[in-house]
Amino acid sequence: MSDIRFTKDHEWIQVEGGVGTVGISDYAQHALGDVVYVEVPAAGTVLTKGGEAAVVESVKAASEVYSPVSGTVTKGNQAIVDQPGLINQSPEDGAWFFKLTLSDPSELDGLMDRAAYDEFLATLD
Amino acid sequence: MSDSDTLLLSVPLDGLHRELGAKMVPFAGYAMPVQYPDGVLAEHLHTRAGAGLFDVSHMGQAEIRGANAAALLETLVPGDIQGLGIGRTRYTVFTNDQGGILDDLMVSKLAEDHLFLVINAACKHADFAHLLAHLDGKAELRLIEDRALVALQGPLAAQAMAALSPEAGAMGFMSIREITVAGIACLATRSGYTGEDGWELSVPTAKAEALVRALLARPEVKPAGLGARDSLRLEAGLCLYGSDIDTETTPVEAGLSWIIGKRRRAEGGFPGAAIIQKQLAEGPARLRVGIQPLGRAPARAHTEITDPDGTRLGEICSGGFGPSADRPVAMGYVPAAFAAIGTPIKLVVRGKALDAQVAALPFVAHRYHKG
Repeated sequence: MSDIRFTKDHEWIQVEGGVGTVGISDYAQHALGDVVYVEVPAAGTVLTKGGEAAVVESVKAASEVYSPVSGTVTKGNQAIVDQPGLINQSPEDGAWFFKLTLSDPSELDGLMDRAAYDEFLATLD
Repeated sequence: MSDSDTLLLSVPLDGLHRELGAKMVPFAGYAMPVQYPDGVLAEHLHTRAGAGLFDVSHMGQAEIRGANAAALLETLVPGDIQGLGIGRTRYTVFTNDQGGILDDLMVSKLAEDHLFLVINAACKHADFAHLLAHLDGKAELRLIEDRALVALQGPLAAQAMAALSPEAGAMGFMSIREITVAGIACLATRSGYTGEDGWELSVPTAKAEALVRALLARPEVKPAGLGARDSLRLEAGLCLYGSDIDTETTPVEAGLSWIIGKRRRAEGGFPGAAIIQKQLAEGPARLRVGIQPLGRAPARAHTEITDPDGTRLGEICSGGFGPSADRPVAMGYVPAAFAAIGTPIKLVVRGKALDAQVAALPFVAHRYHKG
């Protein structure tokens, strides 16, 4: 599995065998607060890089999750739909949002690695 | 510190909030705690199980003194203020000439010639100007800017207060009196904004931190932020000014006809009285109602409400997830013909028409102190 990559919108993606797994970062779940509702894309949904892919809602507000890369969804994570609180517990592993086959793997090059994302987070507060 | 922070006013308890790990956000010109490290969900649930302590010092406090204080205030509100007993508190609204609502407020009668008001932070400067113009020197208006305001809310609020204040337990719901809490003199009302039993305590700024530390030292009390305050009041079906009521809504449309005293209905004498009296007699064209989304998706403010065929009815004024209801809850305005409990409606969320129905308010039963 590739190293984890992050977007400036706080999504992450990890790629293995041309299939990417996408979620939101620990920073994002912390900023959102208690997650109470999630919508994930159905298999077959075609996503474009930066386009709306999923919805995550806390008690306070609703937010969009954007796809870090372009591709076709192979699976949404029903576990987080059934238990949205999982996103607060394990945002960067078990509580992934969806998997997709990448249509243009070179899009990964524009994303941040862990060290670069940490540096980016340090500029936010 | 960002530029926006430097323009914000600080409440007297600012340092304590930061020490407690609060996330501070701009609200009505103040830096206010939206949540503490436990988070909105836990703070909400603790307030329904134990007691939550809220800093609401951004709200405006004022007093009106004068022999005709109650009669003068009645020229601006539809509530029965002359008939309010000494030591009693009442919820009312300032209306405009169209019957719209300029602000909602709590009025307490400390003496026949002495009223105490608590008004919304975002409206307080306009309210003060409005009061000054209409009191016209016939009664004295004083803004109380040297006192903080904190609210202790929840089923164990009484237990916490009993340990710190010998007088508090004798207070009835919607009453006011001077009491001491942990030896600190407070002007207390037994009231709140959560649907739970509780007190709001007006305390001199210099004593506010000592008061709050004494309350937080009680095992049943935890700090709660404005995030939980909002979800609690929504479950309780209570209006938020600027969301559920504003200059475009009348008290009758807002489902607040109960605040218009019997004598005031007959006599009028408040701004917009003719319009409000007509609505009382004939029924309003639209009404604020509870709305129960039938799925799990919350419907937020400004979500479009339609009938089952897709014809627009109105919009959600407040909506979100109710932690105690454990499901989404909302309030909105619909035509009177659609206001009956159980009426099927649709909510347009992210382009999808979701099933919902008109529901009874509150979503979580009020548990005010009786006796």
